Amino acid sequence: MSANISAILYLISGVLFILALRGLSSPETSRQGNLFGIIGMVIAVAVTFLSVGNFTSGFVYVLIFLAIGGSIGAFIAYRIPMTAMPELVAGFHSLVGLAAVFVAISAFINPAAFNLGAPGNIKLASLIEMAIGAAVGAITFSGSVIAFLKLQGIMSGAPVTFKGQHILNAMLLVLIVILTFYLCSTQSSNLFWILIAVSFLIGFLIIIPIGGADMPVVISMLNSYSGWAAAGIGFTLENTALIITGALVGSSGAILSYIMCKGMNRSFFNVILGGFGATEQTSRDQNKEQRPVKSGNADDAAFLMKNASSVIIVPGYGMAVAQAQHALREMVDTLKKNDIKVSYAIHPVAGRMPGHMNVLLAEANVPYDEVFELEEINNDFANADVAFVIGANDVTNPVAKTDPQSPIYGMPVLDVEKCKSVLFVKRSLSPGYAGIDNDLFYKENTLMLFADAKKMTEDITKNL
Amino acid sequence: MEIDPFIFRLSIFILSIFVGYYVVWSVTPSLHTPLMSVTNAISSVIIVGAIIAALSGNDGVVFSSSSIYGFLAIVLAAVNIFGGFLVTQRMLAMYKKKKKDK
Repeated sequence: MSANISAILYLISGVLFILALRGLSSPETSRQGNLFGIIGMVIAVAVTFLSVGNFTSGFVYVLIFLAIGGSIGAFIAYRIPMTAMPELVAGFHSLVGLAAVFVAISAFINPAAFNLGAPGNIKLASLIEMAIGAAVGAITFSGSVIAFLKLQGIMSGAPVTFKGQHILNAMLLVLIVILTFYLCSTQSSNLFWILIAVSFLIGFLIIIPIGGADMPVVISMLNSYSGWAAAGIGFTLENTALIITGALVGSSGAILSYIMCKGMNRSFFNVILGGFGATEQTSRDQNKEQRPVKSGNADDAAFLMKNASSVIIVPGYGMAVAQAQHALREMVDTLKKNDIKVSYAIHPVAGRMPGHMNVLLAEANVPYDEVFELEEINNDFANADVAFVIGANDVTNPVAKTDPQSPIYGMPVLDVEKCKSVLFVKRSLSPGYAGIDNDLFYKENTLMLFADAKKMTEDITKNL
Repeated sequence: MEIDPFIFRLSIFILSIFVGYYVVWSVTPSLHTPLMSVTNAISSVIIVGAIIAALSGNDGVVFSSSSIYGFLAIVLAAVNIFGGFLVTQRMLAMYKKKKKDK
């Protein structure tokens, strides 16, 4: 196949990938968008086969390995529970990163196959692109593995910090630049391996200090990195489809990171450098005194809701942990039968990844036009009778609006306290991830329901 | 003077970042999780590099030191492609509108 035709076909598959993302602007067009993405991928793979034009025994092995990977992927995709989506995405990011590293290694060992020159005499530009692709890929890989372990609970979600951490990271980054420079002048394969090893180490070091609840930012950031790694390899291979895709994914992840940071009113650097630790202690000391709380049972909650005319549900990560989305939906069905208006309010950082709550509610067959984002619904709390907070905490804390001393001051929060009454499902009075007390617990109109989210929701349904 | 082809690729890259910027801002927040899984799937188009690497062995030799990395990358990218697109499909199928008859 001529190089020009394959270049045009790669361009087409790049455009199809743009359309795949464009489709996600609304749920109606999203399925079609996904189809465009699949077509784009099929074109890219087919063109590659045709332009290499090597249909010998190696080709058979390629198909075999493709089938092995494909069946593993398909198996995972069908078996994974929706609550485990953050882990899955983190795991997938690590694979993209590692694949980028492998491709870069292969290109380094055998540059002739990629038209990049001979071993030991690789074109300078290609070598730089290769080094960038391999380094970013390696950072993505080890960073995503740590994120995966933290999300999966294999590794503690608590931030791991030590003295001189930032200086060490900065030094390693400088080391990467130096290594790349010497790699280009000497073409030494040892330097290439050291470069990859140092990059693995950096990925590991930048993710361990980040706490479990900052995961939405981390996942989005690694999403972005995997894109930049793909783009770096795209430049090496002079492949338009890869360059376009890398740029798309890179900017997509960057935007998501930005949205998540804004949802927490924190700067990107603040998250990366392991934010909350410093302010935590002071705010905890201030809130030492015991304040009375009202607590109730399922019966009280059912009574309140039965007499309400509108209820707003505020889900959070706790709902995912308790797998309470189906029970919640049954409760809402019962409420609707009693002619009570129900809507859902989602904070941008509810859950462990962007859009996490929306997927869980969709899984439980909640129609997406009953689910609202923070800005859309925040004014409605004042007119609602009951707010049902299930598994959310910091995102409802009124302190963010009232106390400039608080570490979460300025963070956009849901105005839950404006409701006539608030039902707060929680296991105990323990503070949320920010380590601060939630003022909402002690409000006149708040009724605490101390129980497992799923069990409580089921009990309320029985009592309705 | 002739323009280096690198500049053309750089232009594509920069323009794609802008396209990505505007396209992703128009994605509805409720679909941010599918957005992540689909970007995951499409970034695995890196498989084209893996295929070239895997088929780079000299005549008769399927597994050389460089092609083995290609084969490994194919497996990883294939997990991602199939897993990413299928899980996105599965998620998107769950997004339903309110039934009119209610």
